[in-house]
Amino acid sequence: MSRYGWIRLAIVAGAALILEVLCRSHIVSRLIMIPPSEMLISAWQILASGAIKDDIYVSVVNICTAIALSISGGFFIGLAIFSLPALRATLEPFLASYYSVPPIVFYPLLIVIFGINQIPQIIIAVMFGLVTMVINTINGLDRIRPVLLKVGRVHRASFLVTVFRIKLPAAAPYLFIGVTLAVSYSIIGVISSEFIMSAVGIGHQISYAYDSYDNRTMYGLIALVLGIATLLNMSLHVYSQRLLRRWTR
Amino acid sequence: MKFRQSLYTATFLTAVLVLWYVLYKSYGPTVLTPPWATLRKATDLLTSPIYWPHFGESIRAFLIALVIAFVVGTFGGVILGGWRPCGEVVEPLLAVINSLPKVALYPVILLTFGLGLWAKVVFGALHGVIPIMISSLAAVRNINPVFTHAARAMHLTRWQMIRRIWIPACIPEIFSGLRFGFSLTLLGTIFGEFFASQRGFGFLLMNAIDLRDVRTIMALILILVVFAVISSSALLAIDRRLHRRQV
Repeated sequence: MSRYGWIRLAIVAGAALILEVLCRSHIVSRLIMIPPSEMLISAWQILASGAIKDDIYVSVVNICTAIALSISGGFFIGLAIFSLPALRATLEPFLASYYSVPPIVFYPLLIVIFGINQIPQIIIAVMFGLVTMVINTINGLDRIRPVLLKVGRVHRASFLVTVFRIKLPAAAPYLFIGVTLAVSYSIIGVISSEFIMSAVGIGHQISYAYDSYDNRTMYGLIALVLGIATLLNMSLHVYSQRLLRRWTR
Repeated sequence: MKFRQSLYTATFLTAVLVLWYVLYKSYGPTVLTPPWATLRKATDLLTSPIYWPHFGESIRAFLIALVIAFVVGTFGGVILGGWRPCGEVVEPLLAVINSLPKVALYPVILLTFGLGLWAKVVFGALHGVIPIMISSLAAVRNINPVFTHAARAMHLTRWQMIRRIWIPACIPEIFSGLRFGFSLTLLGTIFGEFFASQRGFGFLLMNAIDLRDVRTIMALILILVVFAVISSSALLAIDRRLHRRQV
């Protein structure tokens, strides 16, 4: 690891240590926060006891469904918008201001339409994740340098070779930005909607623990969610960097 | 070209209205209200004084959150951008924090700040601050070195350097960050009102779900969408103008 990496680690560890000391010495009341070490123990116990196995399962399935729909849907919609100039001119102003409307305000309406189940949650998560994939797909396709396509034509590259050897690798950096954002937005969408109103899910369990003053469980679950999200984001980052290196070699 | 663009926009809006009407016809009035009735309900909500305290509370929370996010984000970003090692250390941390579901932290904020205005403000600011920080960091770091070299060749004082070079060079990027921060802060503030709140826009929405009052839900959504789209278009127009000026 680089020197900066070590400093970064030290900062995170230092922050956790300060929090631990503050909580242990009761400067921060236990009613507000429990020491980080206890959060981790509680997270481990929640996992080991299997008490909320079903909630984790439901959340993970919803998140994965939303990710799959956002990425595939976003890619193909982006492709369609890129290839049809009239559609593009129509939609572009709205894409630019899409994220100014918090999708979560539609959740109440979706609950009235579909009831309290997984469908509104997945729709909200897709509303969060889809458009960033669309925007980044268009961005990526825009940035393919014409000279690359010309070189392909000079070498009489077939359609498939052009797509897989030239277009995709050239657009890849932006596609990966889209994928990374779609993943984290899908997680945010699912957990948020579970949090507001739901019958199952990790988000629901956090708000349930909050309502029943069960700080230990609540902080354990929060640590769990943040841990899962960080792990997912970081592995995606490492994987995309590796793929990018191979494609742009 | 301008005429053509407005034609496209009009087509899109018509398509949305037609879709809305078709959905209304197929699901019926218990699930959706038609466009016209929703607009009427929205004007009723906006003109009846009972709702003003709720809207006022939301707007106040949003504005305070936006100011905090902007001030903290810009200052932090400028420092991180100007002091390179510090930026190198902190930037990946910011990227990780940015991608976390901050919703999970809302109970912590509620416990720390209590129920009321400040929990919403802090939650809203928390959403907006990181994107603003990341883009002002990038703004400072990406100042064209030619500018700084030229300024040094002309023996500009430090103050002149800041006033004539750094600020004009950074403003477009920082403004773009503010535009993203605006939307995210709005999201955070509204979300803060959904959960454990007694006043505000989000509270009205949650209350309407409990009453299954579809008219109010749709009218409130319409108000928010119109507000968000208008303010974001205005910010986008300013943003484009700032970027065009900088050649």
